[in-house]
Formats: sequence, structure tokens, C-alpha cells
Amino acid sequence: MTPNFVVVRGVERLTIRSTAADPRSATLLADAHALGLTDITSIDVADLVFLAGDSDRSQLESLLVDRLLQTGDWAVPQSAAIETALLPGVTDAAAQAVALAAETIGTPVAAVATGTRYEIGGEVDEVTMSALAKRLLANEVIERWSIGPIEPTFVDAEAVADVGVELVDLDGLDDDALLVVNRERGLSLDLAELHAIAAHFRAAGRAPTDVELETLAQTWSEHCAHKTFRARITSADGQQISPLLQQLRDATNEIDAPFLRSAFVGNAGIVSFTAGTTIAVKAETHNHPSAIEPFGGSNTGVGGVIRDVMGAAHRPIAVTDILCFGPTDLAADHLPDGVLHPRLIEAGVIAGVADYGNKIGLPTVAGAVLYDPGYIANPLVYCGCIGVADDTPPLTGPHAGDLVVVLGGRTGRDGLRGATFSSATMDATTGDVAGASVQIGDPIVEKMLIDVLREATGLFTAITDCGAGGLSSAIGEMAERIGADVDLAGAPLKYPGLRPWEVWLSEAQERMVVAVAQTAWLQLQQLCDRHCIEATALGTFTGDGVLHVRHDGTTVLRLDTRFLHDGRPQRSMQAVLPTPDRGSAEPPQCPDVAATLLSLLRHPNIASKEAVIRRYDHEILGSTVVRPLIGRNHDGHADGVVIADPADTHGLAIGIGVNPWFGEIDPQRMALAVVDEAIRNVVAVGADPDRVALLDNFSWGDPRRPSTLGELVAAVDGCCAASIAHGAPFVSGKDSLNNEYLGADGARHSVPPTLVITAVAHVPDANAVVTPDLKRAGNVVVQIGATACEFGGSHFAKVHDAPGMAVVPGPDAAAPVRYRRMHQALRSGRVAACHDLSEGGLAVALAEMSIAGRLGLSIDTLPGPDDVSALFSESSSRFVCEIAATDVEWLAELLGEPVAVLGTVVDSPELSLPGCASIPLDALVTAFGARP
Amino acid sequence: MSRPTALVLAAAGTNRDHDVAFALDLAGAEARITLLSELIERPALLGDGQLVVIAGGFSYADALGAGRMFALQLEHRVGDVLRTFVAAGKPVIGICNGFQVLTRTGLLPGALGHNASGHFQCEWVTLQAAASRCIWTREITTIDCPIAHGEGRYTHPDPAALVAAGQVALRYCAGNPNGSIDDIAGVCDASGVVLGLMPHPENHVVARQFPGFTHGTHGALGLALFDQGVRYAKEQ
Repeated sequence: MTPNFVVVRGVERLTIRSTAADPRSATLLADAHALGLTDITSIDVADLVFLAGDSDRSQLESLLVDRLLQTGDWAVPQSAAIETALLPGVTDAAAQAVALAAETIGTPVAAVATGTRYEIGGEVDEVTMSALAKRLLANEVIERWSIGPIEPTFVDAEAVADVGVELVDLDGLDDDALLVVNRERGLSLDLAELHAIAAHFRAAGRAPTDVELETLAQTWSEHCAHKTFRARITSADGQQISPLLQQLRDATNEIDAPFLRSAFVGNAGIVSFTAGTTIAVKAETHNHPSAIEPFGGSNTGVGGVIRDVMGAAHRPIAVTDILCFGPTDLAADHLPDGVLHPRLIEAGVIAGVADYGNKIGLPTVAGAVLYDPGYIANPLVYCGCIGVADDTPPLTGPHAGDLVVVLGGRTGRDGLRGATFSSATMDATTGDVAGASVQIGDPIVEKMLIDVLREATGLFTAITDCGAGGLSSAIGEMAERIGADVDLAGAPLKYPGLRPWEVWLSEAQERMVVAVAQTAWLQLQQLCDRHCIEATALGTFTGDGVLHVRHDGTTVLRLDTRFLHDGRPQRSMQAVLPTPDRGSAEPPQCPDVAATLLSLLRHPNIASKEAVIRRYDHEILGSTVVRPLIGRNHDGHADGVVIADPADTHGLAIGIGVNPWFGEIDPQRMALAVVDEAIRNVVAVGADPDRVALLDNFSWGDPRRPSTLGELVAAVDGCCAASIAHGAPFVSGKDSLNNEYLGADGARHSVPPTLVITAVAHVPDANAVVTPDLKRAGNVVVQIGATACEFGGSHFAKVHDAPGMAVVPGPDAAAPVRYRRMHQALRSGRVAACHDLSEGGLAVALAEMSIAGRLGLSIDTLPGPDDVSALFSESSSRFVCEIAATDVEWLAELLGEPVAVLGTVVDSPELSLPGCASIPLDALVTAFGARP
Repeated sequence: MSRPTALVLAAAGTNRDHDVAFALDLAGAEARITLLSELIERPALLGDGQLVVIAGGFSYADALGAGRMFALQLEHRVGDVLRTFVAAGKPVIGICNGFQVLTRTGLLPGALGHNASGHFQCEWVTLQAAASRCIWTREITTIDCPIAHGEGRYTHPDPAALVAAGQVALRYCAGNPNGSIDDIAGVCDASGVVLGLMPHPENHVVARQFPGFTHGTHGALGLALFDQGVRYAKEQ
């Protein structure tokens, strides 16, 4: 499958160095030393441009080198260095820009390529140089590298695709032979599915083509078909469990929320909180690609979820991201082979998320960053997006006769077999096997697509995005029941030489498919030209229910859409339900409260995330009201964030709930807890609990292991119960399964069961929002909600690694009513600050409020069964509020439940807790990692 | 003239065009987002405007350095029309990527390099107007607004000469976020009509956008900058 590229002779190379110290050098040197390569004394970075053809050197240099910032050198440097360049077939945006620039100034160049040169200081031998290249400077999934000058490669403009269609005869194959075909072609199907396909073509009297097999494998993959969430499940004691997706749908139907418009259908969930506008919400995971190419994986994860919202005909307005990494201080020798160090995965993933969100022009406003050894080989990347649209009747197309039109980016070999790959297990060889499976993102094209769609309302009758499976999934889904006839020869390609199945299944990014009436086609083309977006008609929707794909007239695929979409046999699976300990527990000992609190604030899961958040543009569109960072020095963490169009009075709150450590002990209570946490986070900032929509995103291990499936069943049960109790419907979700890795013990392990809940809620008055930072000395702080001795999965247990803490906090039946009354209290304007209690319990919450407001606290009462539980237990559904001393009765009466006065806000910069010496505010600030 | 026409120039990758249009609308101008592809087709379009804004973003994905490709297209396709516009005393402002574009077309002095931190930064800053010939910062003392850039370190071979020429318009006054020389955040051309600055005044045009709003404080609106530009455009 390697693309056909040539090495061009007679190439000149320009080395461009920055005159000032290049900031990238310091970070790279620190990373090299962290990897144990300590004999390297310096790493200087320079950009390389390779030019073929006899163009005017001085003109090109004036184009490429900025006199005030850089120097240019045409000679081949001799110093010790490593050079990297993209693999052939990987889009080189910088090279395309150089070609366009050279043409603009009238000196066109025959061919261009770019690269990077790392000049290495110190006594460094060959072994260290190649270790530095392989483990830090080059990602061999998309780059080549060399010690010394690198030889660039260029696109071969004349490559011709062999359009031959391969027939794969399944008839008469026994089970083993079928499984060999399954493995060789990477179909990731099971025997029942292979038999269903073999039977279908036996009845049709012909063998399937390679394109037909690949299309069925994509459409029937776990990623697209949710086979486990639609499976028939029986428990160990023979009890029949209804399919998990059906349970979530039934819960949403039971709630029957008046604001619901569309749930679990199409690209995103849709709600309408205010007359005249609807909101679309979606969250996706991009775990496997991010493990082997962190930047590209997270980059296209963000681009993909944004396209889901565009595919629901909504204009994107905000992005969220939840990231799960291994510990970044992992010792180099504890790193399994073939796995990138968590420090590099973290840097790449964060840079990828920032790059896409910042360039497409959407604020990245909410999220979380978690660390656990379970994520070392299998990091998790959740990306969410919210969009807005005028409340118009849903699109009714496609209609027979409408054109099948692809908009946006060109098609290349990016991400081939993305859907099936993301359903497969990761191991050391995954890196090279899946090389071509990583997609390349271009946020600039997607922003132009948003601008086109903003003006194209009324010009298309149906729309979807090209996600996993590319055109095969997009056109396949849209053609369901109606059928379509398309010719792939018309599809604009990044480079020649692609075979039909590669064009049909490529996951090249930034592409949308729309159904366009013949009468609207010219107007849509003119609109696209204006925005420099390519629009290509590939064929028409036929109305005969058959999906017919050709290439230059030769048929490569002909499938009845009913078989494509409904022909997959339902899976039946076995589950062993978990039996967690829910008895009562003895309170743990805590000899030194202050030391425990400081170590909790230092813990990576609790400590400040400012350094990450500042990399994300969270100001663009000017609609961010409560930012992810709040307080006097803008360095405290918000609970929920609020966005509101500057011209509106109402807004939207976004809250996240996630706790995999509860899940490792009691998955059902974990689900109940994280749904409550997501809702708590939006209520705490001023959102209306009667107008909350939820998203569920599961990252789980292999569901074919009965205990793992049992944990999933328990978690879905918890989701449904919490959703119904709070009256907050699930409107969309996604499951990412088979997140497994080979442990040091040689056995397969699943990642911690990580369920992320996103709550999106209506904020009636965006001018009356409430934040956690303490506001005024003299006010009192009160605790709302009851505390029990429940330390299972707590961060107290983590910092004390005390055994025997097995009871995970249970749900509080009073929470739904409490949140509605809290909303009334917050809307009154008499609550100065409000913070929810989560990791680390009351002690951490009080410290966070104190840090954010840079005010002291004098605490004299600790409500709870015992002091240690009162301070550190992570019981559910609790808040701390700051109110005037005279308002305690008002609040207690409004809430209709006891309100425990904890103490007073004070000017003196310290937190004093009963039974221990007071802790200086500076010590809290330093431990948390906020700015001094 | 009642509401002057303000052309918001946007290339492929510009992404704060709508934020700027909203700010100009509040400041009393008729904002019209004009794509670079349209301007290249009909350069005379520029004549319809009384004020030009080059909006922020990542034009051409910052390929070859932020603003270089946009500047190259402007220079080679629309250069003379743009120079005539400026010569006629009509106000021009380049924000963030727009400032990078104006330095690379030579309309403004100096250059914007990588931030000293080595990466993109999004935070709020306070700007102080310096004594200068700049028409945009007349009657302005301070402005609070966010920065959101990775290549915002202003460099100039002789900042003292720039100050002497009255072309240093704005300085960071509560902490220099990116290592800019002499804390320079914005400069103008010799005529004072063209201003370039890295921070985003268009994201602080409504009180609620100020981070301190949630603990009861107000900042100096960025809207004041657009008010001055629109007022000057009306005077022409």
C-alpha cells in the first residue's frame, strides 16, 4: 500500500535559523534529559526548505527568511544533527504554502518539500543520536529521520491507480479460512458476521469485491455499529439484560423532557432551551490514534467532533476536552516497549487539541486532565463540541434525484481503516501496522466549511460529515433505504495513484457530504467558490434502495442498503455483574491533616491545570462569561463554565463528571456519582437543573471478557437511574471499547473503566452567575448536603495508600430537590460563592475557594460522622456556599434542610481547621501550583 | 456620514472576523466582512470602505511564519490600492495576525517572533496608551483585553527611535506576556493612521466579557479603540 513517490535530483536546500534563542530548544533539551539522554548539552532547531527547479535564489530567500528574526543558509551544514521530513503521502501544508508563495511572486518552483534540523551539542555517540531521534524528535508513524542531511522525497505527479477490482470468494470457506481472510484484511469481524456476509453473496450468486468487504467491515465495526451496546446480554445467573443503548433510550423517553428535540439519532443530540434556537451537543473519543501519533490523534479528534455538530446542521460555538495520561514522571525503564513516554503523549495531545481549536476559531472552554498508570499504554482523549442553530424544521432529504455532493478537503490515504482499527487491541506492533491509520487535520479548511454552511441554509436537503469510514460511512448512511449511484473517479485527490477502495474508505479530514436538489446546485457551487471550498457532485440518490459505487464506469460496489445497515446479526454476550462492598467502614486515621491536605493539592489530578488551559484560546467569539480559570488572580478552577453570546442575556453552562477510581471498585455507584457531579457543576454556576441535557462517553476494556461487560452493564444501569432521578435526559453518547494493553506481567489489562459525563444546561441570566472564589471577609461558609464515611476510590486513599477503603460513595436521594432549591438560592444573588465538593472532599474544596479568592478561612465546625470523614470523604451531592452571616436562616429555609455553618471568611491569609495548626495561604497556593 | 463602512479583511484561516464585525457595529460602523479572494478579484472594492480592519486568526495556517502569506497576497495583488487608501488618510488597524500581516507588508515597522515562552498563550493583559501620533489611541489611557497568540514577541532594531518618532502606541503595563522589546504591544505608522497591535480589544466590548465581572469589578473596554477609529473615519 506504500504510495509511489520519487526522490528528485538537483535539489537545493535552505536552512533557516532564528537569530534569537529558539524557545523550542529549551523544552526539547529538558525532554531529552527526562528520557535519560543526559550527555546532550544543547538542541538547536532550524527549519528546512527543499526546492527543485532553477528558481531565483535571492527572491526565494526574501520570501522565506524574515531579516529581523531569521538567517538563511543555502550550504549543506556539517555540524552533528538529526533531520526529519514527513513520510511520502503525508500532507505537507508548509510545502504547499511555499509553492503558492513562489508562484505569487512570479518564480514558480518545480517541487517543494520541508523538514526540520536539530543541531545536537555535546559528546554524543551514534546510539544516543538514534535514541534521541526515535524517542523524541521524530514520530516514525508520519516522519522519516536521518543522522546528518536528509534526502527529501516529492509527489510523483504521474502515478496511475490500478483500478482493478479484486474479488474475494468466501463461498465454501470453513471457519478457519474465513478467520484468515478476516485477519489479513484487518476486518475485525466475528464468525457470525462473516457467515452472514458469505450467505448474502452465496444467495446473490457472486463473490464480494474487496470494496464491498471493506465497506461491510467499516459499517459493522464496533466504532460505527455499537455492536456491544446493541447486543443481547445474559448474566451469569441466566437473567436477560436488554441492550445497553436501548436502556439509555428508554430512560430518555421516560423523562420526556419538553426541551428535547432529538436523542441518539444522527450526528448529535439536539435540545431547545430558548424559543427560536436549538443546541446540538456531541462528544467523541480518539484514543487509539492518539497513543501512536499524539498530535495528529487529538488534532483530528477535535476536528471530527466539530464536524459531527456541523453534520447536525448546527454552527459550532465551543469545544471541550477530557484527557487521561499515564504519570508524566514515569521512570524510563518502566515504559513498556513500543509505547511513547506519557510526558511526550501529554505534550503532543495538548498541542494537537490547542492547534485545532485555536486555528478553527472555537473557544476550548471545559475539560479535565487525569493521570493513572492504567493509561500509560492506552491514553484517552475525549473531545466534545456544542453548536447552535435557528429553530427550523428538520431536513427531510435526501430525495430521489438529489445530487450526492462532497464538500471541503481532498481525499488521500489518511487514516485508512480508522473505524476497524479503533476497535482493535493495542500492542507494540500497533505503531508500524497502523501507520497509515492516523488522519491529518487542516482546521483552516474546516473553518471555511463552517462559513459556507453558515450561508448555505436551504441549499441542501440532508447533511452528514465524513468521519470513520470516510465516504463509505457518510454516503452509506445517507443512502440508507433510498439508495445512491456514485462514481469515485470524480473525487478530488490529494495525489494520484489511489485505488477505488482507498478513495471510498479514506478518512481524509474536513469533508462533508450533502444532498443537493438539482435546482440549488449552481448556487451552492458559487457560494463554495467564494469561500475557496471545493464542491464535487459524485452522483445522485436513486430511490431504488441500492448503493451502487463505480470507478470510471466499472462497478466496485453494489449492495442493498437494507443488508448494509440491518444485515448484521445481533451479537449475544455473557456478563458477570460486579458485587462491590457497600457495607459501612471504619473511618481511617489521619495523624497530620495539614500534610494530607497539601499532598492532595499537589496530586496531579487536583493540582492547577492553568499551564494547559492557557494553551487553549478560550476567549475567541467573546462569549466566555465564566472561564475555566476564575478568581482574583484568574488561577482557580471553575466548577461549570458559562458561555453566552454578547448580545444575549441567557447563556449555556457546561459541566464535566469523571471518576475512574470509583469505577474500578463499584461501576454502578461510579456512574451515579459522575452524572451527579456533572449536574452539580452546572448548578453550582447558576444553571437551571430542570433544563440539563447529558452526554455519556465510555472508554472500556474488551467486552468479550464477561467481568468487563458486567462492569459496563452496571455503569449503564447507574447512568439510567441517575438520569431519571435528576430528570436530565441523555441526548447522545459514544462507546470506545477494546481499550486494552499488554502489561509488564504479559497479561492483557483493560484501562480503568472511564465514563465521562458532559452536562449542558440553560443559564437563565448570564449576568447572575456564581463562581467558587471567596469574595468578602466577614461572610460565612456553609456546607449543604450530608457526609458519610465513604473512602472507596478517594484521593485520600491514594495519598495514604491505606488498604481497606472499599466503600464508594452512594447516591443522595435528596439531591434532585436540593439542586432545584439551590438554583433558586443562586438566582437570588445572595450567594457570594458556590463550590461543589469532589476529589479530596471538604478540605480540598475549602482550600480551592481560599486560593481562588486569595482570602483566609477560619473553620470551627466539621459536620460528619467523624473529623477525617468530614474533611476528606468524597460523599456525593454536596456544596460549600459563601453567604452573609445574616442569611443562614434564609438559606436553610429555602433549601428545607439543615445548613451547617463551617466558619468565617477572614482577611488574614491562612486556613485554620479545628484540631490542627493553621496553614498559610501561600503554602496552599504553592502546593496547588497557582502563581505566587 | 452616519455610519462609515468598515471593511473587515479575512483570508483563509482568519477566525476573529465576526468578533471584529460585532465590535465595529457597537462602535457605530457598518461592518462588511470582505474575503481576500474577492478583494483580489476586484481591488477597487477597497474604495468602498472608510476604515479597514485586518482581523486576527491563522491566515494560511501561519505557514512560513504568521501573516507572511496573507501579506504576500496583499502586496502582490492589492498593494497599490492599499497604499492609496492609507495615503488618503483612511484609518487601518491590524489585530494580532493582522499586525503580523502589516509588518510583513512594510506598512508597519518591526517584526513579531515566537513568544518567549515558546508556545501559544491566552490570558488577559492591561495596555497603556503611550504619547504617540496614533489616531486610534487618542483620549485612551488604558485598555483591558485578552491576548491569544504564539508569535507575539515584538522586535525592532531601535525602539528608542520608534518612540522618538511617536510610533509606539501601546505598551503592556501589568506584566509583559511574550518578551516584546520595551513592553511594546502596538505601533503605528509615521502618519498615525495605521495601527497594529497583538492583543484583542474586540473581545472586551461588553462589560460582562471582563474576567473580573464575576467578582464585581469592571475593566477598561476595548470598544474605546474602535470608537476612536470610527470617529476619525467620520472626520475624513
